[in-house]
Amino acid sequence: MTDKPHLDEEALAELQDVMEDEFEVLIQTYVSDSRERIAALKRALEHDDADAFAKTAHSFKGSCINIGAPRLGELCLVAEQAGKSEDLTGADAIIQGIEEEFRTVSEMLGELLVR
Amino acid sequence: MTDDSLRVLIADDSGTDRLILKRLLKRIGHEVLEAADGIEAVAIFQREQPDIVLLDALMPQMDGMEAARHIKALSGGRMVPLIFLTSLSEAEDLARCLEAGGDDFLTKPYNRVIIEAKIHAFGRMQRMHDTLSRQRDMIHDRNQHLLEEQTIAKRVFDNVAHTGCLDAPNIRYHASPLSIFNGDVLFASPRPDGGMLVFLGDFTGHGLPAAIGAMPVAEIFYGMASKGFGAADILKEINRKLGRILPTGRFCCGAMAEADFKLGQLKVWNGGLPELWLIGSQGEPVACSSRFLPLGILPPERFDSSMETLQARDGDYLLMMTDGLLERQNGEGELFGEAGVRRTFRERREAGHPFEALLEGVEAFSEGARESDDLTLFCLEVSGDTGLAALPESATSSALAGPSEWRCDYEIREQTLGEFSPLPLLLHICMEVPGLRARSGEIYTLLSEIYNNALEHGILALPSEWKHSPDGFEQYYAERQRRLKTVGDHFIRFSLHHTRKPWGGQLRVICEDSGPGFDFSRHPVLGGGERHADWPRYAGRGLFLLKRLTKDITFHGKGNRVEIVYDWKRPVAESDDGAATDPGKQRQ
Repeated sequence: MTDKPHLDEEALAELQDVMEDEFEVLIQTYVSDSRERIAALKRALEHDDADAFAKTAHSFKGSCINIGAPRLGELCLVAEQAGKSEDLTGADAIIQGIEEEFRTVSEMLGELLVR
Repeated sequence: MTDDSLRVLIADDSGTDRLILKRLLKRIGHEVLEAADGIEAVAIFQREQPDIVLLDALMPQMDGMEAARHIKALSGGRMVPLIFLTSLSEAEDLARCLEAGGDDFLTKPYNRVIIEAKIHAFGRMQRMHDTLSRQRDMIHDRNQHLLEEQTIAKRVFDNVAHTGCLDAPNIRYHASPLSIFNGDVLFASPRPDGGMLVFLGDFTGHGLPAAIGAMPVAEIFYGMASKGFGAADILKEINRKLGRILPTGRFCCGAMAEADFKLGQLKVWNGGLPELWLIGSQGEPVACSSRFLPLGILPPERFDSSMETLQARDGDYLLMMTDGLLERQNGEGELFGEAGVRRTFRERREAGHPFEALLEGVEAFSEGARESDDLTLFCLEVSGDTGLAALPESATSSALAGPSEWRCDYEIREQTLGEFSPLPLLLHICMEVPGLRARSGEIYTLLSEIYNNALEHGILALPSEWKHSPDGFEQYYAERQRRLKTVGDHFIRFSLHHTRKPWGGQLRVICEDSGPGFDFSRHPVLGGGERHADWPRYAGRGLFLLKRLTKDITFHGKGNRVEIVYDWKRPVAESDDGAATDPGKQRQ
């Protein structure tokens, strides 16, 4: 679906440099934020709220880009576009893709912290 | 924290993004405030007054666009840079951020270098704006302060200069209310003998430096005028004072006029002002150009206050003006000038008032051009009946104090006769008696009448009938000057003697001169002799005036010693002595 990498190693290295001892907090914040966003996407889909779906996807996309998770950001963009076009027919599949990619990213970030 | 440190408010619903941004800003020394949505952002902004706001465009509750509008409204005159944080990439969406009041945007992912550069640039812009605002406020405050000071200075000046007798019925003038700050001054004072003194001055420069010199001039003018000093003496004093207090290059162009309405005589002096004009009902207007340097330039020994004497009839007008009038321009930038003044007088209708004609003339000329305020125009109508009390009689609080039994001898002699008038000094001595103070006009008239008779007729032997023709009039004053220069060892001796009387007091004045005297026994008014039109002394109104004012007048010796007795009565209510003011006026 996308050939972007799961993690942007270079961006993460710079973040690590900037955040210093707060890097771990940042990663934890990102992970818990993302869980909330995924839950919010599911809620919006349940309520068939395309606008909320688009906005949540948009914000999610922002943090993914900032943290250095470009593939997940790309998936969020797809979700945002679906919400904007008010067509949530494929939204289920999109959320599944996001959840799957999020698991991968979380694991990789976890490894990064252990290292 | 450094001086460049700013308080930055970050409003973003994403904790991740807030964390990164906060870290980036703290690293470069800024203080960070955080909000998770628009409503919180507005509240924190109001409470904390941050320097810069970073706003996420899309947020729950209140989005960034709306928060931006609130924040802009709350910041008032302060410049608070507003930067949108966005992962929007559509040009239209970015433009909307700026329309909502944003000053710039930062796109995600954040780039450390760009963020630092932008925050730094906005901080610099903000400091510049603050400096400008502060300076603008300071200039505004200073200006306000200056205006207040000018108003106060004007009030103080008005108390010193007051209006004198500028409201007399035979005076018309035009002056800007704050003309003092253009350097223009206009004073008019009645003289103790019923005449009038007018001074029009134009100080170099504008504002306070121009106004400051006006204070002592006003003091000198009104002080000396009320003591009976003539124009020439007052000019000398003003010149001396200004020469001492004004810095080099500062001076006062001025003109002085001394009017004797009874004699129909105007003495004028012009040092640097435009031509003065005497406009009669018949004949051509007479111009008196400046013949002297302005006041405050020459040292006292080189200053010349010779007055030019003009004969004027009842109904003639004397016009004086500052160069503001001549410098009025028309649409083409041409000056009104002295040519404009002459043209106006030439075209004036016979019945028209020259003051009105000149003001209308200059207004018509400069129509459409910018109204300039630094124009002072003065007009005096020569009129035997000025409707003025000779001098405003000031109430004296020490009505009963002062000397009552005294004697004073005073003699002036030789060339001093031509250089100095003893009248102000003698008047001053008499004015120490409270009962005489309210009668200064009469006392001055008495003293000046006998003094001038002693000098002009007794010593200089000038024939008074010369004064009856215009040619003789000029001859008389020219001859007076000439003879005074070679006066020799003559003298005039005054002896003043005041005593208390049951009804008030009595002033006896003996005036003796060193002249040959005259045969008073054959004088038409004094003795029973035949009436001679060419009687050499006390011709005409002078003697009648003396007889009317005094209890007794006698001549002694060979006619060169005259003695007058002047009685004054205490008013009925003793406590009101000297306070002859209108009770209606006092109530105000």
